[in-house]
Amino acid sequence: MSSTSIWYATRASGIVALVLLTLTMVLGLATTSRTRARHWPGFAQQEVHRRISMLAVVFVAIHVLTSILDTFVHIGWLAIIVPFASPYSRFWVGMGTVALDLMVAVFVSSLLRSRVKPGTWRAIHWLAYGSWPVAVAHTFGMGTDAGEHWVIALGIVCILSVGAALLWRVRAAGVQKEALAGVKVPEIPQTRLALTPRSGARRYDA
Amino acid sequence: MTTLRITIDPVACDAYGYCAELLPEAIVLDEWGYPMVDGRPLPPELVAQAKRAVRDCPRRAITLREKKAGS
Amino acid sequence: MTRSVSQALPEVASLHHLLGHPVDLAGHIETHGALAVSLGHGTSWQRALAASLEESGLAGRGGGGFPASIKLAVARAGGHGGTVLVNGMESEPASNKDKLLLTRAPHLVLDGAQYLAALCRAKRIVVCIPIGSDGVAAAVGHAIDERSSARYARVSETVVRPPDRFVAGEESALVNFVENGLSLPVFRADKGSALRIQKRPALVHNAETLAHIALIARNGPGPFRARGMAEEPGTCLVTIGGAVELPGVVEVDRGVALRDIAMLSRPVEPAQALLVGGYGGTWVGPEDFGTPYASMSLRMIGASAGVGIIVVLGAEACGVAESARIARFLADQSAGQCGPCVFGLPAVADDLAQLARGQVGTGLMPRLDRRLGEISGRGACRHPDGAVNLVRSALKVFAADVAAHAQGRPCPYRHKPSALRFPRPITI
Repeated sequence: MSSTSIWYATRASGIVALVLLTLTMVLGLATTSRTRARHWPGFAQQEVHRRISMLAVVFVAIHVLTSILDTFVHIGWLAIIVPFASPYSRFWVGMGTVALDLMVAVFVSSLLRSRVKPGTWRAIHWLAYGSWPVAVAHTFGMGTDAGEHWVIALGIVCILSVGAALLWRVRAAGVQKEALAGVKVPEIPQTRLALTPRSGARRYDA
Repeated sequence: MTTLRITIDPVACDAYGYCAELLPEAIVLDEWGYPMVDGRPLPPELVAQAKRAVRDCPRRAITLREKKAGS
Repeated sequence: MTRSVSQALPEVASLHHLLGHPVDLAGHIETHGALAVSLGHGTSWQRALAASLEESGLAGRGGGGFPASIKLAVARAGGHGGTVLVNGMESEPASNKDKLLLTRAPHLVLDGAQYLAALCRAKRIVVCIPIGSDGVAAAVGHAIDERSSARYARVSETVVRPPDRFVAGEESALVNFVENGLSLPVFRADKGSALRIQKRPALVHNAETLAHIALIARNGPGPFRARGMAEEPGTCLVTIGGAVELPGVVEVDRGVALRDIAMLSRPVEPAQALLVGGYGGTWVGPEDFGTPYASMSLRMIGASAGVGIIVVLGAEACGVAESARIARFLADQSAGQCGPCVFGLPAVADDLAQLARGQVGTGLMPRLDRRLGEISGRGACRHPDGAVNLVRSALKVFAADVAAHAQGRPCPYRHKPSALRFPRPITI
């Protein structure tokens, strides 16, 4: 395989991975904000989120492997795990490594979900909120295709999608608080949960 | 003969409702979205779906417990 | 003031004559003798005391009515180094007996805990008194100081102050509070399984139960069994309130007719119903006033003994409105953990409030009936069950009133101030 083909593979899989990660974020936010598509069961929505995240992992793996195997620039195997260890484009490759590390933590903890305490799992899953923006920064910071119009457009769509999903999720938390105010949740000094009625309200969690 | 029964942890449950979607024959949601089970033993043909409901619950609120007949 | 119904029987098993005034350690030792426990494992003393408790047939006086000897066996099987918790929470607003016991005879209650601690080799005793009951906490604290100065107590005794809420007195909520500082009931799939604090057994008992244990330990099971009924021996303390001249705590033998208990406090007018067991208990109608005050007999008329409380509802009162107030109180007291309770109880309270006002649309009664069927048994604790039972008993006992209210003809008494005590005023 010529160096150029590997390079194209790296760039292409990177773009695809970014799109898949964006989709994963949007679906994850939809799940926790209890947004339900009308005829689409909630468990299926959660399943789609999981499967797209696995697909994203595959494309990230291809992206990372091809970038290491590419002889044109030297990144080095260490840079897969250790941020800012790559001689080439130290900072932006490092950002990629950070995004990867966080993503792996989320992925592995989810594979082992039944063996991990719910609080721990939720805390690790929150790292996704860090992983995705860093991945976006890495994509545009690396600069390779960042000048292309369609890539810029894609980037804007991704950012707007996650932004919208995030706003939706924050709104859901507010709606849920209102619903609970109507129910008069009693004032216990250490109440730690909030609950959701089915009728319209959303729930706030990870 | 041991049978499997569905147990819901009401403290953990947060009314996601996936269990009722997966197992409508055994779980019905009340008007606030929380699951109701009747405590009957699970028919063998529903066990696979029940195990899926256990796996898919975001709060791990549903479990299957073995009960000896007559208890 | 306390009175005993059966004055002729031996007083040695009675509590009421110990409650006339506060008793200090010296007075306590003079009346009962010193605390004589034998520590160790599998001693003959332990076997004898466990056998005494079993023979006495003592059942819990905190509302559960569970045999004390079985609870003890479960705790003993859990190993040593555990905790005995004295449940002094008395979260039923209509109840006063535990406050009385703990202020007038704290040493008797603490002795009961010491006996249990010796039996299950617990390493500490924790007395739970709610925030706000500072008089009780002071009395118990003072008694504990006396006992430790005199090196009277074998196992260390301390007081903790959980929040003053209805569910805070629930067993698993107390254990959760002592272990984690969270006064919230814990879900147990197997309700009979032992409670634990840091993997060691936790044995929770009502203050009155412990007082009886202390007397049985000193006097044997005989005097206890000589009172009450064969199936449900002993005496119990009952707080009588409502439309009566002499509200207060009385001691009665188990099995005395409800009417006779109520008469001790001299009702001011003919009662239209009795509330038995507190706000988590049930209403009983006049046709059942002759029912013996015992778990089995009460269960047969669809009531429950619960905690020793009887509230007399006078003739000029609205049972529907009072029940609506109780339902609202119970809804507000939810721990907030379980959907069916957090949402179901307020919904039922709303339905009852509408019924009390006589503004009943079609569908309210069937909806209320459906909700009552759906809420019960789906919480981590029995709080929603108690509320459902209360409401169901109201619909049965006040059936004629309910029908009138449902047809838009509420009785005039619903605006009368409530005969029931609540920590904060309840509006419906």
